[in-house]
Amino acid sequence: MAVAAEERLHVERKKPRPLSTNSAIAHAVKDLDVDVVAAYPITPQTTVVEKIAEFIADGELEAEMVHVESEHSALSATVAAALTGARAFTATASQGLELMHEILHIASGLRAPIVMSVAMRALSAPISIWNDHSDVMNARDTGWIIFFVSSAQEAYDTVIQGYRIAEDSDVLLPVMVAYDGYVMSHTMEPVVTEDRDSVLAYAPKRSFPYKLDPEKPVTLGALADPDWYYEIKYQIVEAMRRALGKAREADEEFGRRFGRKYGLVECYMCEDAKSLIVAASSYAATLKAVLPRAWEEGVKVGLLRLRLYRPFPEDLVVDALSRVDSVLVIDRAISYGAPYQGPLANEFSGLILKHGLGVNLVSVVAGIGQRRMVDDDFLKLARLAWEARTVRKPETIFYGVRK
Amino acid sequence: MRIDIRWHGRGGQGAVTASEIVAAAAILEGRYALAFPEFGAERRGAPVRAYTRISDTPLVPRTPITNPHIVVVLDPSLLTRETIEGLREGGALIVNTRLSPEEVARIVGLDREVRVAVVDAVKIAMETLGVPIVNTAILGALVRATGVVGLETTLRLVRERFKGRLGEANVEAVRRAYESTHIETILPPQTA
Repeated sequence: MAVAAEERLHVERKKPRPLSTNSAIAHAVKDLDVDVVAAYPITPQTTVVEKIAEFIADGELEAEMVHVESEHSALSATVAAALTGARAFTATASQGLELMHEILHIASGLRAPIVMSVAMRALSAPISIWNDHSDVMNARDTGWIIFFVSSAQEAYDTVIQGYRIAEDSDVLLPVMVAYDGYVMSHTMEPVVTEDRDSVLAYAPKRSFPYKLDPEKPVTLGALADPDWYYEIKYQIVEAMRRALGKAREADEEFGRRFGRKYGLVECYMCEDAKSLIVAASSYAATLKAVLPRAWEEGVKVGLLRLRLYRPFPEDLVVDALSRVDSVLVIDRAISYGAPYQGPLANEFSGLILKHGLGVNLVSVVAGIGQRRMVDDDFLKLARLAWEARTVRKPETIFYGVRK
Repeated sequence: MRIDIRWHGRGGQGAVTASEIVAAAAILEGRYALAFPEFGAERRGAPVRAYTRISDTPLVPRTPITNPHIVVVLDPSLLTRETIEGLREGGALIVNTRLSPEEVARIVGLDREVRVAVVDAVKIAMETLGVPIVNTAILGALVRATGVVGLETTLRLVRERFKGRLGEANVEAVRRAYESTHIETILPPQTA
């Protein structure tokens, strides 16, 4: 224990440096000694791979940077690299993630342990370079582990945690680390980075166990007939279940070694709260700063920050929901024509039913295409969550839209 | 304790860089800070906004700043009523202009107590850098008028950001602006 305390002191002495989330991710890739990076530029992701290219050019990272002609090829090359046993990384956003979609399923189906960062951005058409969560919500059923992070520091830390989880032989699934495009990707803030030895001691390279090797040829991704395909897909279901415990363990061990941990969900100001707002990425960070104002006016609303989205940390979410009368779920994507048009709200609706929770649900869609949301808007959402304890709101609220 | 700074400039004047240097200085001095632009499809000459938030804790919103403690205006043509929208009573307004603080107050229709600091940043930039890029000069005025970050930290970061001779020229711009900034506390018309 004495050693742990000393380590913590050491941690506190570390000086943060100003980095954007994009730069922080590039630093994580460098500190993880990633072997192969394949990427195609897309706003607002581009500065991630630009910074990595700089590290390679300056000799700070010894890695192969594969220049490709599209995101489809970027992810294909990343998957192939991972299957040869290399530690592989890519980054994308928006249309880039959409173009990767086919390979997203192949990455999880082949159990490629890669990590990809996503600077979340709206989808065309009409063209928008601004932020929302449409890209990642369209990728939620692809067998990827998905994290939403709320700061540049957390992005750095989670990319590192990501490899430890992805490369675990009980998991072997790709990991997506998602954060708000522009609002986070291009915001400069303090970040503590770790030395490579400590990072590699935490996340040692555990290469793909069935790797492509000319000396010992294997076939990967062959035809699976109806007698086997189902079982292979079911193995992903089981790996996802195991990933939940591994993600928890990875976060706790990270906390022990580096003095920072986040939990799989974060319940903020939840004690004595009678209502919750569910939010992810930058909105969660903003709510932490704004909610004390709501409490001053007697609006006792807590924040449930969804950090791990897939696998869904069901027990933790149910535990938080079981202590409140209402929950307001903020979606920054639209599920067109669905019962609730917020995709997350639909999942929470199912969860409330599954566990027989007496919680009133409010579905709110906001921030589409980075529609401006200021502090007072979040205060209004807190009041809305509070009102919902006694007043049912059965339809999705499209906050801030001009009808 | 939180200090919110809103920057008004035009594409190419370096408002975003200035917002980042101030945040970096605060981080170096051991505080928490964010710097972010109002994200648009940037083009040279178009009005741009940037934000710097400095705080003792990481609990800060990631929203555009609507109630700044400090407003910095890099281009005098942007001086309108809108520039000071939400500027707090007792706050500061830092302007690159040849006008006096009183004249600036009149143009923006100042109706609350604000410290107005003016500096001819174009002249300083032309004489030190040879180009009308005013962001480093305006930093000198900001530091002088508000002390939001230290002069030495600012100079160190300017030197890191602009390498070699360009760094020294920018350091000179900060220094000269720091020395020549003219500051007046403007009171609301009824009490003046």
